[in-house]
Amino acid sequence: MAISFEIPEFVQQMAQMAGFMAQTYMRPYARQLDENEHERPKAFVEAMWPILRDQQKATLEKLTAPPANGGDKGGEPKKKRPGTRNLQLMLMIEQLAWGDAGVYLCLPSAGLGGFAIEAVGTTEQKLRLLTRFAEGDQPVWGAMAITEPGAGSDNSSIATTAVFDEEHNQWVINGEKIFITSGKLALEESNGLVIVWATVNKAAGRAGIKPFVVEAGTPGVSIGKVEIKHGIRASDTVSIVFNDARIPADNILGSPEVQASSEDKGFKGAMATFDASRPIVAASALGVGRAALEFVKEKLAENGVEIPYTLPYHKLTAVQRDVLEMEAQWKAAYLLTLRSIAMLDEGLHNSLEASMAKVKAAKACAWIAQKAVEMLGMMGYSREWLVEKWMRDSKIAEIYEGTNQINTLIVARRVLDYSRRELA
Amino acid sequence: MVSFTPTEEQQLLLDTIRRYAVNDVRAAAHEADESGQIPPELTRTGWQIGLVPSAIPEELGGFGEMSALTGVLAAEELAFGDLAVALQVLSPALLAYPVSLYGTAEQRENLLPAFLEEQFIPATAALLEPGISFDPFDLQTVAAADNGKICLNGSKAYVPLAEDARMMLVYARNAESGDVDAYIVEKGAAGVQIEKREQLMGLRALPTYRVHFVNVEIEAAARLGGAVGSDFNVLLNRSQVALAALAVGVARAAFEYARDYAKQRVQFGKPIAQNQSIAFMLAEMAIEIDSARLLAWEAAWKLDRGEDATREAYLAKQYADKMVLQVADNGVQILGGYGFIREYPVERWLRNGRGFPTFTGMAIV
Repeated sequence: MAISFEIPEFVQQMAQMAGFMAQTYMRPYARQLDENEHERPKAFVEAMWPILRDQQKATLEKLTAPPANGGDKGGEPKKKRPGTRNLQLMLMIEQLAWGDAGVYLCLPSAGLGGFAIEAVGTTEQKLRLLTRFAEGDQPVWGAMAITEPGAGSDNSSIATTAVFDEEHNQWVINGEKIFITSGKLALEESNGLVIVWATVNKAAGRAGIKPFVVEAGTPGVSIGKVEIKHGIRASDTVSIVFNDARIPADNILGSPEVQASSEDKGFKGAMATFDASRPIVAASALGVGRAALEFVKEKLAENGVEIPYTLPYHKLTAVQRDVLEMEAQWKAAYLLTLRSIAMLDEGLHNSLEASMAKVKAAKACAWIAQKAVEMLGMMGYSREWLVEKWMRDSKIAEIYEGTNQINTLIVARRVLDYSRRELA
Repeated sequence: MVSFTPTEEQQLLLDTIRRYAVNDVRAAAHEADESGQIPPELTRTGWQIGLVPSAIPEELGGFGEMSALTGVLAAEELAFGDLAVALQVLSPALLAYPVSLYGTAEQRENLLPAFLEEQFIPATAALLEPGISFDPFDLQTVAAADNGKICLNGSKAYVPLAEDARMMLVYARNAESGDVDAYIVEKGAAGVQIEKREQLMGLRALPTYRVHFVNVEIEAAARLGGAVGSDFNVLLNRSQVALAALAVGVARAAFEYARDYAKQRVQFGKPIAQNQSIAFMLAEMAIEIDSARLLAWEAAWKLDRGEDATREAYLAKQYADKMVLQVADNGVQILGGYGFIREYPVERWLRNGRGFPTFTGMAIV
């Protein structure tokens, strides 16, 4: 390998395509969907479903195709060349979040649930559970339920239980999950599914926590609160209550070895999905940050303020300094995100880099959006423009997929080579 | 294809520089800073790693591998050892690289072979000017045509190795065009007045000088690139990127030292690194160092592709300037009282790191 920042042509084209979708199906509706909080982004969902459905279909076909046709089934596993799958996703999400960070979360797809199924599911489970995201005219959503009222960053203290009922060969789930993105879309508004992290043995701590698949239409599952939020208002955020919810025995996710493991392999599976999802949260932050930065530069240019890249610091105005700092911060965040994504595509372990990217991108872009509001004065604060919305939207990236504090803790443990016990 | 892995050749080079930086440079850096002298042996060993010769074109006997990306990788590693030593070992590049890039055939043949020798050949460049409002695009040093020759007038500051340098590349405003051009001035040219060594907060081991040019007459052929000239934008970008990478090296030195110290310093019955207040500082330092490094890499990568990297180089330098100061300052802070003691290297890294916004033109890749 050699150090390179070259985005392959076809990936650039794909990103441009996503940019077109953002401009056409997101921006024009952004204000309306923010004001009417629980209205669904119909135009966006209808436009994206056929694309995402066919992508999922192609992924599943690869699972069953013999290796001669580029599939994974049978034979010796071939040595994998670095792909671009995560790079494509990163750039697509960056573009879509530029369009609208709340609407992007309504992407009709397996979503974070899909990440978990990909990370720990068996081939049989992948085919059985993901096929619904690969067929039909009606959009389908997947979701992930980890957080509970008493278990936020400390998700090892999950209290939702799963008890095996041998007589009926079913798992019985009880408890409450909160802050589930697209939970209502997955369970009530489509034939989707939610990955629910529950404990089979509270005394075992993290080792007792396993992922379960709860499908739409399961009796005993109900949507509780529909959250009213600071930003990303177009996104569906709900709580789910499980009251003796019964699911099939083989809806515990993963190989029998993982399922039966007395070590925390299942839990580590959940953590592994963060290595893929945190860079994506970083990418979404970058999209919002770029929206704010581009807008500020556009308005400044209209007012005759140009941004130079050759003047010494003492010759810059305060406004120019601010914009240059915003640009440098954005670029740093972009490059950290790109690195964590490239490592994922190369099959390298990226936990440290994923958390670094998430912390940096979330912080930098929230700051950029806040700065943009400030710089545009009364118009920045006005709901006439989208800048104030971007500021509200940007904040969530510092909170979900692990707060910036928890991700900083992860970075700290890694750089200090400390265990969870040594650095709590 | 996007990748963040250096080539095998680059990795081998980095391993070599790392050994030099950790074993040789670190061992001598404190004494060099206190005495103001870099041992000639240390400079020679660094020179013999062969960074500058490898960038000289093949037809002149070099390896023809001038790469800004390899340059930034090497610069970080060298500065991880010590910034003053890094700037000294790399100072011949201040003349050799611009000549490699823009020199006429004659200039290249005359000047470059000297840098292929095993002995360190002191050479330098003069860009910075005295005063509090330096702007590289608004130089006060002027080159005027004079009877078929060129006459240089003006003052320069922070010129490394000016006293010993066999050749100096002097940046000046071309009185006719108004553009910045570079001029090759040989040692001992009449009218070149070198003041006594400058006394700085940091870089105490590196000899730097103020140099005055009083009606210095040079041949027209001494203009870099002859009639065609050179592209100052590109040279400045290459300098900004080099300095950004050097800043990353200094910051990484402070970070690693503070990290190791925090793990072994016990207070209240446990290492101070086990306090989130310290651990989070270190995490932030690591994130900021990586940020600046990637900005420098991207700018260097663009330079190697021959693309305009003005924006990237500018932002990388601006970012690295702030980053190194913050990281080195945190390093001192984590060491507490010991951070303030000169026996520990971190205060030296803070003094050296503070200078980056000032060091315009003092290194190049």
